[in-house]
Amino acid sequence: MKADPKGVLTGAHFLDGDHACAEGALAAGCRFFAGYPITPSTEVAERIALRFPLVGGIFIQMEDELASMAAVLGGAWGGKKSMTVTSGPGFSLMMENIGLAAMTETPCVIVNVQRGGPSTGLPTLPGQQDMMQARWGSHGDYEIIAVVPNSPQECFDVTIEAFNLSEEYRVPVMVMMDECVGHMTEKVVIPPAEEIEVFNRRLYDGPKQDYLPYAVDSDNGRVPLMANAGAGYRFHVTGLTHDERGYPAMNAEVQQECVTRLVDKVKLNTHAIARYEEEEVEEADIVLVAYGISSRVAMRALEMARADGIKIGLFRMITAWPFPEERIRQIAQHVNSFVMVELNLGQMVTELERCVAGAAKVHLAPHAGGWVHHPEDILQIISEATT
Amino acid sequence: MNAVTHPMEDILRMDRMPHIWCPGCGIGTAVTAFAMALQKAEICLDKTAVVSGIGCSGRVAGYVKLDSFHTTHGRAIPFATGLKLANPELTVVVISGDGDLIAIGGNHFIHAARRNVDIKVFCINNFNYAMTGGQLAPTTPEPATTTTSPYGAFEHPFNLPFLAESSGAVYVARWTALHIRRLTKSMTEALSKKGFSFVEIIAPCPTLYSRRNRLGDGLDELKYYHDNSVIKHGLDTRELDIGYRKEIVMGKFVDKDRPTFIEALNDRFTQVFGDKYEQYGPQNANGN
Ligand SMILES: Cc1ncc(C[n+]2csc(CCOP(=O)(O)OP(=O)(O)O)c2C)c(N)n1
Ligand code: SF4
Repeated sequence: MKADPKGVLTGAHFLDGDHACAEGALAAGCRFFAGYPITPSTEVAERIALRFPLVGGIFIQMEDELASMAAVLGGAWGGKKSMTVTSGPGFSLMMENIGLAAMTETPCVIVNVQRGGPSTGLPTLPGQQDMMQARWGSHGDYEIIAVVPNSPQECFDVTIEAFNLSEEYRVPVMVMMDECVGHMTEKVVIPPAEEIEVFNRRLYDGPKQDYLPYAVDSDNGRVPLMANAGAGYRFHVTGLTHDERGYPAMNAEVQQECVTRLVDKVKLNTHAIARYEEEEVEEADIVLVAYGISSRVAMRALEMARADGIKIGLFRMITAWPFPEERIRQIAQHVNSFVMVELNLGQMVTELERCVAGAAKVHLAPHAGGWVHHPEDILQIISEATT
Repeated sequence: MNAVTHPMEDILRMDRMPHIWCPGCGIGTAVTAFAMALQKAEICLDKTAVVSGIGCSGRVAGYVKLDSFHTTHGRAIPFATGLKLANPELTVVVISGDGDLIAIGGNHFIHAARRNVDIKVFCINNFNYAMTGGQLAPTTPEPATTTTSPYGAFEHPFNLPFLAESSGAVYVARWTALHIRRLTKSMTEALSKKGFSFVEIIAPCPTLYSRRNRLGDGLDELKYYHDNSVIKHGLDTRELDIGYRKEIVMGKFVDKDRPTFIEALNDRFTQVFGDKYEQYGPQNANGN
């Protein structure tokens, strides 16, 4: 499907990442927004509030983030592509209903413009400290998808992708920005609507008596066909463990089937979901791994290291979850070491270590947040890694 | 010969019977009243959705043969808000317990009423948290005992109709599970009312609340309602506190009109944008 031209602001713009993200949502067909203001994400909500009335969207500022996330799920079942935007403290409040989204397979997009934490932390300054919370923040076993843009242009692009993935896989998709990317202003090119691919949810349209809301067959892989409320199928949706009919079935057998499918539908499609960019990884002895704003600082460190004669490459994650496990395993076969550059004291690096599994050395360039790394500090770790 | 069918087969999920509620529980009565109200209100069942939170009362969504959502504890109202706003064609009904709607979900209750979101909230008040074993609720009368107020409740409970009215509800009523005909009538009115409509249903929980307070079984509780309830339509909602084993005042207290969230939104945007603005409503509800 092509994008609805109504929401697409075609042209070259000078936008910050927050505004670009809002435009990405509009282009993707998002028409329901519920949120609660929080720095440094508020500009996304503000732009949506400004733009929605004339594109047929519905914007509501809720009383808190618990309500925002619940309303987003309601909006999705009401038939609209739905999203919310927040930062650390609000992200914490959303967790229970993110689990409900995972369990009920409700397509939705959650944008987190990350600031330094824990707690109120650094409201106006960057961090990348919610990466594990994105993956594991709600209780129980489930999978989500998370993307990590590193420029305003990419905020626009991956927000569209986030909606497409959420509709295709019926999972919550998180756009994990950071304060720097959210507030940096750069050129953003928005293509004409007919050049923007959007994915609309696969809806069941068979006979009413045959509808099994959570049945999967070989045609639709591990993702059941959805019905929107009001379409006449009169289905039941519950956060309890449920069978194909959507009815509660609380026993170990159904739990095994239900939860395994929730995990597998993402995990076993990692090859189709996970995106990354590589810079001279094949010839490298050492590979930097980075995402979001840290990938841009890592690029500077890479240039400096190269000038020193070090054979170095960069693996830039565009998708953080599911983690591009297979590709990392391949690279680990021919490099000596990896250096993870991230604005936290060691989060995605643990996933990197798990995948490398001793095949190469893994180092961390940590940073507690509040600013970005100094390229010199990364260079220092690179040179330690080469000795 | 026609096969014999249950009169509510079109509304209840017969394939999920028997239900989980205890003998003498008032929740089933509330569901019966709701099913009759749906039939009386003559609204399209395909366009009616029920949203519940968590609790014994929260299980209602699982037994109605409608688009039905069993959500998280306290979040039925914001979920319903999203559902209604995304598809204004729907009649959206929240059925849940007093703990769910007024304690953990209390903030959402007052804000949805303030905004006059067009949803119907039917709150089953059994004076305790039943699902988790009978704990103190924001409605437990002083000094009833519960497992977490073993020496008797000493917090002042909420007066739900007063809370609803002062937050902005346009329709407010209260009945007990004994007054099923009147309860059905109020639910029917609420279903056809535009705006945030609230019906409180006082219901027996014989297994926990009654047993713990040595109040007998479900029938004894209905006897208490019978002997101690009075109807006072239009009474000032400030007068509606419920004391322990004291009089229960029932009736319809509020029935007024003011713009719903979507009406107010349409008015505002029409003022600002004029003809450029396309009214938000059922006609553009289901665009993907
Ligand atoms: C976040 C969260 N906290 C606590 C619980 C446990 N819990 C389940 S139901 C319930 C209380 C329900 O009380 P009420 O809404 O009055 O319904 P009742 O069971 O009395 O009908 C509680 C505390 C939960 N499910 N989720
Ligand atoms: S515990 Fe109380 S509220 Fe729950 S089903 Fe039994 S009687 Fe009803």
